[in-house]
Order: sequence, then structure tokens, then C-alpha cells
Amino acid sequence: MFYREAGDFKTSYQDDNQTFPIKFDRYRYYAVLFAAFAVIPFLVNDYWVNAIFLPFLIYSIAAIGLNILVGYCGQVSLGTGGFMAVGAYAVYKLMTAFPDVSFAIHVVLAGGVTAIVGVMFGLPSLRIKGFYLAVATLAAQFFLVWLFNRVPWFYNYSASGQINAPVRTVFGVEVTGPTAEPWAVYLFCLVFLTLCAIIARNLTRGSVGRKWMAIRDMDIAAEIIGVNPLTAKLSAFAVSSFFVGISGALFFGVYLGAVEVGEAFGINKSFLVLFMIIIGGLGSIFGSFAGAAFLVLLPVLLKNVLVSGLGWPTDLAAHLEFMIVGGLIVTFLILEPHGLAQLWRVAKEKLRLWPFPH
Amino acid sequence: MTLAEDMGYTTADGRKIGGVVMEMKNITLRFGGVVAIKDISFDIREGEIRAIIGPNGAGKSSMLNVISGFYVPQDGEVLFHGKKRPQMKPFEVAQQGIARTFQNIALFEGMSVLDNVMTGRLTHMNSSIWSQALWKGKAEREEVENREICERIIDFLEIQSIRKTPVARLPYGLKKRVELARALASEPKLLLLDEPMAGMNVEEKEDMSRFILDVNDEFGTTIALIEHDMGVVMDLSDRVVVMDYGKKIGDGTPDEVRNNQAVIDAYLGVSHD
Ligand SMILES: Nc1ncnc2c1ncn2[C@@H]1O[C@H](COP(=O)(O)OP(=O)(O)OP(=O)(O)O)[C@@H](O)[C@H]1O
Ligand SMILES: [Mg+2]
Repeated sequence: MFYREAGDFKTSYQDDNQTFPIKFDRYRYYAVLFAAFAVIPFLVNDYWVNAIFLPFLIYSIAAIGLNILVGYCGQVSLGTGGFMAVGAYAVYKLMTAFPDVSFAIHVVLAGGVTAIVGVMFGLPSLRIKGFYLAVATLAAQFFLVWLFNRVPWFYNYSASGQINAPVRTVFGVEVTGPTAEPWAVYLFCLVFLTLCAIIARNLTRGSVGRKWMAIRDMDIAAEIIGVNPLTAKLSAFAVSSFFVGISGALFFGVYLGAVEVGEAFGINKSFLVLFMIIIGGLGSIFGSFAGAAFLVLLPVLLKNVLVSGLGWPTDLAAHLEFMIVGGLIVTFLILEPHGLAQLWRVAKEKLRLWPFPH
Repeated sequence: MTLAEDMGYTTADGRKIGGVVMEMKNITLRFGGVVAIKDISFDIREGEIRAIIGPNGAGKSSMLNVISGFYVPQDGEVLFHGKKRPQMKPFEVAQQGIARTFQNIALFEGMSVLDNVMTGRLTHMNSSIWSQALWKGKAEREEVENREICERIIDFLEIQSIRKTPVARLPYGLKKRVELARALASEPKLLLLDEPMAGMNVEEKEDMSRFILDVNDEFGTTIALIEHDMGVVMDLSDRVVVMDYGKKIGDGTPDEVRNNQAVIDAYLGVSHD
């Protein structure tokens, strides 16, 4: 079977607007969905879920969120960690205040709270751009972490200053707390990621997405065709923060279970998610997945190969990881700003011509 | 020519020109000490092709920027369909049905030709963000309907073959055409073109002239354009405003302008094109 659209003519604009216009891609997409929902849940154990799948799923949501803001709308943000913290503390307050409401609803509401906070911190973007906006979001990052550390109401006056996720269920199945089953937490996060990715894809192919991209590519030209910069930018901040908030809520509630804000949601987290979308590809949903997968797998791989395999000391392996990531960031920024997603596209274009490249 | 005040007139080639769409009244625009526009008045009538000419730095682009809301004049009024227009942001002007192109191309380089043209439809697309998130109902319908309109314009401007090409990869002449397509996609009542043929070769200029005439003819679009090539201006336009150092030194049919002594001195005599 050849990989191309020949013989696969589109007879309506609807068909042409599909997410995967090439049949082969569509089948692969269904296959991945099938594997993710119907095969992997039966195979996973505690190690795989906690070391790989949960971080991958949750960071993918955060990366999609940040990519909407940075990759699609062109508004640089270094506040991702802070916004994830908003999601985490919002879900914590909701979980403890309304223990009878489903945790899934709490996660969505936490995303909503984060969206509102994101819009507030997005207001400066109407006046400032680029570097200065990045600094403003950096200020948001430090302010939010400081706030959650300093105001005891947020951590329910606990002596340690930490927040701990109580046991909560969805349809009677535990998804938070130490006794939750690996397959349950995996599926729970997978559902959220799938929904977030579909929504992000839909928004970016319609008029909202075009408004964002217009602002990103040339804000003056965007205005001249009738795009209101206020609503375009703030809607990007809202949608982006909604996803980031959901990822923060899951990161705390499902993955970590207990959180000290500066440690879990510090500036490092902001950079990590930013690196994910740079390596994966700015302005690409697929790139968000690729970047998250890459930066989640890299340390696991290095640890297994270098530390367990070759007997390197752990800190040496960690340093090597920093160097690899740093080198890749520089390489991608210079050579391929559209990241892994672009490499993938180029590979597909080559494949479309194969086996007759001329 | 019979120019009755509110009735419009009939052109030499028999086209009916209607009443005043846009009227500039005593516009003055200063940048610090520089006076870019000095007390200029003129009007643009329904269905006509109105040219603005003048030497470099005369204030032509500044005038378009006043019309499209980028510059706020210190003095004077802008009347749209006879009503004084309050101070407006550029996007509000666009929503009123005024589209434009730029002297230096202002396309969205990261998007395909089709997506660029589709952005021209944004003022006509109003499905809610919720509907778009689910991609059901209005959002999907709206996308298809507007795509059809864009495809018609793409056919019209003969850019079908580059539909899915990223704009950044196009040569200059095609970019100008895509920018025109984006402006046309909004189905404007008034189309402002800032030097649509600058930097083009003769063939490209002929194509562009044909498109401009066709747009005016088929869609009845009112057009105001800035152009340096006098041959093109004389061919295309119904009436011409001549500017020099921010002042209006002539206004009338191409023939009237050509024979105006002030214009000959200030403009035609200076730059020999
Ligand atoms: N944003 C601005 N700030 C300061 N001065 C400006 C600005 N825009 C235009 N000017 C000045 O106003 C005058 C008119 O400029 P404008 O661009 O309108 O001329 P033009 O007739 O379009 O010239 P060209 O044929 O070269 O495009 C020039 O002296 C220019 O320097
Ligand atoms: Mg100019």
C-alpha cells in the first residue's frame, strides 16, 4: 500500500477539512486510539503508569495548552507552572469542599478557574509583546507560587503547608489516593487528554484558530481584516489556561497525590513545558504530544541505559540529560523551529513521493 | 461628464457611478512637526475607481491609513454613507466593510494561501467558541459556506494551484495577488489598495489591472487605489486626487488632471513616469 492521496479525491469541502485527510493516516489514528483505550489498560502496571504514561498524558495536556498560546497565538508565556498550580489548588479546594461531587467535574471546574486567572494575567498582552510579555508572565509564575505558599486558606491550614489529595472516585472507581488502580488512573487521564486534543484541534481549524494565527503572524494585518486583538488574545489565554489548569489538577490529584507548590509547580515546570513545545513543534497539536513524549521518555531511557545498563552514577546521567535537552533546544530553535512535527511532515512528504522521488 | 451633487455620474465607458460613499472633510494629520496631510477634502463615490497619486512622501498612504483607522487625524471629519464616523479602531473599520491591502505586503506568512483568504471571511463568521470546540452544527456549516465563497475568489484571481501552499514560499507578485484575494474575501463595500502594482513587471501589472477592473465590474466594488505608474492610473481610474507635500493640488478625471498646470509642475514634471 502506498502512502498518498492519489485516488482519494475529496468531493466536498467537508472532506477536505478533515483532521486526517489521507486515509492511511486516518486508519493509523483509529489504531492508536484503539490501542490506547482497549489494549494498554490491560497491560500496564504500576511502574509503567507512574514512570511513563501518567506524566506523558498529563504533560501532553499542558503542552497542548501552552502551544495554543505560544504556537498558535504567538504570546510567549513562562507562567505555565504557576497556572498548573492554580489548577491543582482549585481542584484541591473543590475536592475538600464538595466531597460528594464527581472528581471529573472538579477537574473541569479547576480548568475553568485557571482560565479566569489566565485571562487576568493575559491582560498585559494587550499592551506589551514578546520579551516584555514573557517577563510579565514570569512575574505571574512567581506571584502565584508565593500566593499558594503564603495564604493558608489555599492549603486548608495544614501544618505542613502541603496539599494532599483525598480518595475520590469516578463512577465508583478510585482515581485519586494511594490505592487507585494503575489502569483506572491511566484511563482517567487518557480520556481528558483525548477530549482536550479534539477540542484543541477543532478550535485551531476554525475561525477562532485563524484569529489566533493572524495575531501571531502579523497583528497589524489581523486588525485590518477585522480581528479584535482584545478578544483574540484573551480567548487564547483562556483556552490555553483551561488546558493547563486541567493538567495541573491531574498532576496533583492523580499523579503526585501530595504537592509542595514551589517544588511541583516552580519555574522549572514552566520551562519544561515550553521545551516540550519547542522540541515537539510550535503551532502543532501533534507536536505537543511528540515533545511531551520525548522529554518524558528521555530521562527514563537515559536512566535505564546509562545507570542500570552501563553503571554510570545517577548524577552524571542527570547532567547528560541536561546537556542533551539544552543542545536539542538550541538545535531546534536554529534549524527547525517547527520541531519534531515538521520533521514528521517532511518524512511524510518524502513518503508520498516514494518510490519515485522525481 | 455630468457630476450632479448626489446623483452620481456616468463614466466615459458607460458605467453608472452612484452617490458619495466616503467623504473626507478638511483632514489634517501631523506627526510631530511633519504635516503629512494638510486640510484635504475629497469624496469617493459608489462603484467608482478612485486613484490617489502624488510623488513619494506626498501623504497618500497616510490618507489610506486615516480611512482605515490606523491614523487619527488632528482635524477634519470622515463621513461614511453620509454619517460622521466616530473615532474607530482599524478592526471596527474593517467590520464596517472596508478592506485594504498594504504597500508592503502584510500577509500571514505562517499560513497557507487558503487560510489567508479564509481570514478575509472572519468578519462574516460568528459561530460561538463552544460550537467550534465541538465542531458540530453552526461551526462546521459556516466553515463550508465560507470556504465556497473563498474558492470562488481563488478561481477569480486564478490562484487555484497554490491554494495549499504556505504563503512564505510564494514569489512577490503572487503574494500581492493573495493579499488582494484576502481583501476581496470580505466582500468589502470599499476596497483600498496601496500600490497594488509596485515592484511588478509589465505582465503582472496587466494581470493586476485586469483583476481590479473585473472586481469593480463584476462585484460593483468601490475602489480607492494609490499608484505610481501613470499609464495604469490613467487607464483604470474614473477620478484622480493628486497630492503633493500633504496638499491636494488636483482632483478630477484623468484628462482634467493631466492638463492641470499645478499637477504638471509639481508631479509630472518632477518624476518622469
Ligand atoms: N507613522 C509615521 N510617523 C512619522 N511620520 C510619518 C508616519 N507615517 C508617515 N509619515 C510621514 O508622512 C509623510 C507622508 O508619508 P506617506 O507614507 O503617507 O507618503 P506616500 O505618499 O505614501 O509616499 P510613498 O509614495 O513613498 O509611499 C512622510 O513625510 C512620512 O515621513
Ligand atoms: Mg505610500
